Amino acid sequence: MSQTSTTASAGGSSAPATDRLSLTLKIWRQLGPGAPGHFETYELEDLSTHMSFLEMLDVLNERLVREGQEAIVFDHDCREGVCGSCGFVINGSAHGPDRETTVCQLHMRRFRSGQTLTIEPWRAKGFPIIKDLMTDRSSFDRVIQTGGYISVNTGSAPDANSVPIAREDAEQAFDAAACIGCGACVAACPNGAAMLFVSAKVSHLGHLPQGQPERDRRVMAMVDAMDAEGFGNCTNHYECGAACPVSIDVANIAGLNRDFSKAVFRSRKS
Amino acid sequence: MVQTTSSRLDAKCPTGDIAERWDKHKFDLKLVAPANRRKFKVLVIGTGLAGASAAATLAEQGYNVSAFCIHGSARRAHSIAAQGGINAAKNYQNDGDSVFRLFYDTVKGGDFRSRESNVYRLAQISTSIIDQCAAQGVPFAREYGGTLANRSFGGAQVSRTFYARGQTGQQLLLGAYQGLMRQVQAGGVQMLTQREIMDVVTIDGVCRGIISRNLLTGAMERHTADAVLMCTGGYGNAFYLSTNAKKSNVTAAWRAYKRGAFFANPCFTQIHPTCIPVSGSYQSKLTLMSESLRNDGRVWVPQQKNDTRRPADIPEAERDYYLERRYPSFGNLVPRDVASRASKERCDEGFGVGESGMAVFLDFRDAIQRDGEEVISSKYGNLFQMYERISGENPYETPMRIFPAVHYTMGGLWVDYNLETTVPGLFALGEANFSDHGANRLGASALMQGLADGYFVIPSTIAGHLAGRVLQPVSEDHDAFAQAEAACTDRLKAILAVKGKTPVDEIHRELGQIMWNQCGMARNDAGLASAAESIRGLRDKFWSEVSVPGNSRDLNTELEKAGRVADFLEFAELFAIDARERKESCGGHFREEYQTSEGEARRDDEDFCHSAAWQYQGPDKAAERHTEALEFDYVKLTQRSYK
Repeated sequence: MSQTSTTASAGGSSAPATDRLSLTLKIWRQLGPGAPGHFETYELEDLSTHMSFLEMLDVLNERLVREGQEAIVFDHDCREGVCGSCGFVINGSAHGPDRETTVCQLHMRRFRSGQTLTIEPWRAKGFPIIKDLMTDRSSFDRVIQTGGYISVNTGSAPDANSVPIAREDAEQAFDAAACIGCGACVAACPNGAAMLFVSAKVSHLGHLPQGQPERDRRVMAMVDAMDAEGFGNCTNHYECGAACPVSIDVANIAGLNRDFSKAVFRSRKS
Repeated sequence: MVQTTSSRLDAKCPTGDIAERWDKHKFDLKLVAPANRRKFKVLVIGTGLAGASAAATLAEQGYNVSAFCIHGSARRAHSIAAQGGINAAKNYQNDGDSVFRLFYDTVKGGDFRSRESNVYRLAQISTSIIDQCAAQGVPFAREYGGTLANRSFGGAQVSRTFYARGQTGQQLLLGAYQGLMRQVQAGGVQMLTQREIMDVVTIDGVCRGIISRNLLTGAMERHTADAVLMCTGGYGNAFYLSTNAKKSNVTAAWRAYKRGAFFANPCFTQIHPTCIPVSGSYQSKLTLMSESLRNDGRVWVPQQKNDTRRPADIPEAERDYYLERRYPSFGNLVPRDVASRASKERCDEGFGVGESGMAVFLDFRDAIQRDGEEVISSKYGNLFQMYERISGENPYETPMRIFPAVHYTMGGLWVDYNLETTVPGLFALGEANFSDHGANRLGASALMQGLADGYFVIPSTIAGHLAGRVLQPVSEDHDAFAQAEAACTDRLKAILAVKGKTPVDEIHRELGQIMWNQCGMARNDAGLASAAESIRGLRDKFWSEVSVPGNSRDLNTELEKAGRVADFLEFAELFAIDARERKESCGGHFREEYQTSEGEARRDDEDFCHSAAWQYQGPDKAAERHTEALEFDYVKLTQRSYK
């Protein structure tokens, strides 16, 4: 493990001293897929508590670039907590210490001056590391491809109000559909399981009348794909639910198991 | 002055009764027989609402589609962040809505700078979009009886907005993404993630492919095509700080421009009134608070300048509810451009609140008293939570502080009624084109337009190109591909060769300052001239001082950003020139020289009732301005009034 030290500081200097903090960061650096990785240590001083966690990394990266060093790679885009691009582990917690919060929405006021933060990528068989803190989550797309949809071609839909949906069903479908596909559930799971992600899609579509015709086929195909991608099995730790930034309910997993059993049973009967 | 249309800008709009035009046009277009469709290769650039819906639908029809996205997954495009809703002229609420009213509102809201035929078609198609999305399983809000719920949104006097809590864009995008994934599985779509479009390749004046770069390996790739669809979003990040995602950029559209696609109305930018204010120099983006908040929140500032009392300590009589005061009939629901300018006016006059004085209050006190905290929480809970997370303040107890921010760009690649640019075979959909919103977009209309273009317009109009022109097979080895690829490679080499000391973001922030101060909510001739000058200077600084460590042979996020900023630095100058040439105020384009005595925008229909489309003339040469005259046969040209 190599150790280098860099100091960076930034942020509008007009804020009072109580709005500032200094941190030690130990960040996973890895050149590419399969390359050996290591933690590097960076000292940051005089940060504003109002900046987001990613803005804190921006400040560090600008410093590195000024010194001619390569920036730390982390995935991010909307910075509003909805695109699902960002995500890494801070001191052992996926997306950091705040509940129901992606790292892009995590703000530095959450931390104390003098803290040491260890930052590393999602670690799961289903999410190989691309570089530094960025992982390849295309396995999620491949799972969706096998059945995470309602097969309706454009143009063939009936009038939207011709199929009434009880408000409670629509709400429950929404709760599950709110999944942002960030992968924190997998990263938090000791088995690297993707059950929460898969169950959210199965539950979203299963709560709607439009989702019924393909219900059995969908759950069997998605569970098969999930296994094929190397995700582990659920052994009821529920770390996934605790890590989920959008509060996807772990009860969906029970629903997934129920749907799967029924589907397998029905497929054998026919 | 009679408006004239450049011979280069044939909009190909059908004639006759506006309600019949789209049907007539579809009938007149050539068709591609189902068995022949797989022979045509269509490249779809971008997988937001427009791109994902187009790629999925074209693949359903049997075309051979490749879809490209800049992210690791198609589901992460920035459409996902749209909060408020999607308009449709269903009239489910029986409150007097109709296709014609949605058309009328959109033309008027756009301040008469859009094309009537296009807007009417958009309003017509809006109803089919809702049907399609409901069938896909988009969990729209519902009434207890199971029918769809609606709300009034962003200045509309009817309830025509469909929504899925505060995450409508997310749910619509996931619907389109799932449709796309279904086609990937079926083999109709080849999905290429982590790709950036570096150039458009034309052969004999027709678009025949693209050069893309694999962001993970750095490899340049050649893709031949029979048609290319630019679904690459807007250019709001020219301002550095905007509500756009960090990867949103103008590069693909700009390269298309340099290959002959005209760029229309670049100065038409929407500055959204309700965003969380800037908190410090490290600020990397701005977060929108949905416009739906203005349905229940009241906007105010203290009547006293530089009032530093806590908002709760400021008595009712000392508050200025300036939107309700200035616009009694629309009040807090005036269109975005009007609301944004009104808050800028108050802050410029010294009535702003917060540490910077660049913010106004959005207050829910009265709504909570009237409806109870539970009702307000069920409507806006997630938005309140997001606000608290970012600002550290609880909006149930103290008013939100908000300020305008760049949000959407109405300008874009010029397209005709078929969504085809001035380069045959190259189409532009969604925010990337300029067609439907004129000088100002109404709330909940972006999602409508993206999906209208992708699900319903392009699947019909693309056949006109594919069946109507003779397209000889082309090879990736063609000289045009080799030259384009070499130019892209050289450009990246040139960026890496600068080896300066200044990070890309610092230059980008400087560009943002110029744009915000001189090309923002209020513009004037001298400011715009000086902006163009400053941008040229900053471009020189970029090419002599930028620091991009690493190389171009693997994942290099600084190099990606540098390439995009280099294009923004060219594009921004055209933006300033366009704003300077449009010597009137309309919609989001407010020129200080052209205002009424009451400080409202003063349009000049005599001289500027047209779209301006810019033609690239080569490096270091001034772009040529073409005009497309706009005719209003159905919505009478009037001064907008929200009083």
